[in-house]
Amino acid sequence: MRIFGENGVRRILMLTAFSAISALLLIALFILNEGLPFIFRYGVSNFLFTSEWIPAKGLFGIFPMIMSSIWVTLGAMMIGAPLGVAGAIFLTEYAPPAVMKIIKPTIELLASIPSVVYGFIGVMVLAPIIREYFGGPGLSLLAGCIILGIMILPTVISISIDSILAVPRSYREGSLALGATTWQTTHMVTLKAARSGIVASIVLGLGRAIGETMAVIMVAGNSVNIPSSALDSVRTLTANIALEMSYATGMHRQALFATGVVLFIVIIILNSIASTAIRKRKTYK
Amino acid sequence: MANKIEIENFSVYWNAERYLNSISLEVKMNEILGIIGPSGSGKTTFLRSINRMNELETGFKHEGLLSMDGNDIYSPDTDVVLLRKKIGIVFAMPVPLPMSIYENVVYGVRLSGIRNKQKLDELVERSLTEAYLWNEVKDRLNISGLRLSGGQQQRLCLARVLAMEPEVILLDEPTSGLDPISTAKIEDALNELKSKYTIILVTNNTKQAARVADRTGFFLMGDLIEIGDTRKVFTSPVKKETDDYITGRFG
Ligand SMILES: Nc1ncnc2c1ncn2[C@@H]1O[C@H](COP(=O)(O)OP(=O)(O)O)[C@@H](O)[C@H]1O
Ligand SMILES: [Mg+2]
Repeated sequence: MRIFGENGVRRILMLTAFSAISALLLIALFILNEGLPFIFRYGVSNFLFTSEWIPAKGLFGIFPMIMSSIWVTLGAMMIGAPLGVAGAIFLTEYAPPAVMKIIKPTIELLASIPSVVYGFIGVMVLAPIIREYFGGPGLSLLAGCIILGIMILPTVISISIDSILAVPRSYREGSLALGATTWQTTHMVTLKAARSGIVASIVLGLGRAIGETMAVIMVAGNSVNIPSSALDSVRTLTANIALEMSYATGMHRQALFATGVVLFIVIIILNSIASTAIRKRKTYK
Repeated sequence: MANKIEIENFSVYWNAERYLNSISLEVKMNEILGIIGPSGSGKTTFLRSINRMNELETGFKHEGLLSMDGNDIYSPDTDVVLLRKKIGIVFAMPVPLPMSIYENVVYGVRLSGIRNKQKLDELVERSLTEAYLWNEVKDRLNISGLRLSGGQQQRLCLARVLAMEPEVILLDEPTSGLDPISTAKIEDALNELKSKYTIILVTNNTKQAARVADRTGFFLMGDLIEIGDTRKVFTSPVKKETDDYITGRFG
């Protein structure tokens, strides 16, 4: 039975692809259209670099949220990147292949746990521990960093593993045959050859950390202020949008879209860094 | 001449199946021992047993004795890292490390703790000269080793082994993918090197063994069929299989 024929199939596929892409483009355009005019009217530097966020008085400075996002993300990287890369090195270079076969899919499964579950664990387990042992409200920058650091682990580990495994076996053999130990081989040859892939894994983890919303709202406390310690309650850019969108109107609504524009631009920059790094890895061979 | 390496009833199993059958032979100090035989007969397995590269692979098991200067290579007390510094290997596929020519040559000695720049420079010139590569690369030591031609890469791999000043050099079909000129250069290098090193040369090219080896061993399906002075093995072999192989009747 030939209902469509070769050409028909091609048209249908093209239409599907086209509508998917245009839906994404439309969303991007919509956000820019709603947010950009506001940014220019309010003033780019007023919007980005003032600290007053009081929608009732028409004050929309997102500097505290920018700083909070930066700190939460940096903190998450400081936890997630070293742990993730070290885990990837252990699994590829030291653990028996059988262990890797079991653990890698398990770690990738962790990526599919909904973020509300991570947030829930943060609220129930992590925040009380922080409150008890370090002081402060518990729901804090520190809690956000730890939860996000854990959430980016699957991204960092699994992409790092792939790029380490892509390093030709003969490099390792050559190094070992010259009397190098496993660790010397790992850091002088394997990690150097896999460097761009590992960088990409960290940058993609960074993107995930900046964009994460639900878990951060649940554990970071959400007060608008520039954090002066890791135990302060903070509100990130994503949290700001999610918390206020349900009742925002007029200027306030536009200011939230403008916040979205800022996030959008940051993520685009990070993703292009990551894809350049990945492309460099491919051309390298 | 004294024996550098002694091998007695040495067998190798891959995944419980035997691929080397109770091999016994000696390698003499400062000789070139050629190993010939059809592909799949266990030459690589034999060679990589000597510097314990096989155990990086899964499913490797061995039996029997393999010793250098009277010390059991497979003894639990043997320091494998040190052993591999004393027994260098050049693989069939030349694969420089992904770094400059200079760094490739000094890679092993750097690990042994030599940092002095002048000393390293001297070492680079000497090793590359011994490997017949110096004149071709002396003006571009900082380009990646991966940008050299196949024949040059193989000589670079030889140079990085020479820089370690090993006692024994293992070569696994080092010229199998090379043009006749590069092949000749490597053979010339080997002829000069045997005054300083003990060399085992596995080759898929029987003529090469006839040209450079002092003694030659013939492997067939995991057995050492015959071993002796190269001239004798090639002119009046004892075993019919050897005769068939070197006259090209099979393999
Ligand atoms: N790592 C390994 N795992 C399993 N079998 C192997 C391995 N290496 C070699 N063998 C087997 O050992 C046999 C001899 O191979 P090899 O030593 O490479 O022979 P040659 O170098 O003479 O061609 C082959 O049948 C090969 O399949
Ligand atoms: Mg072989």
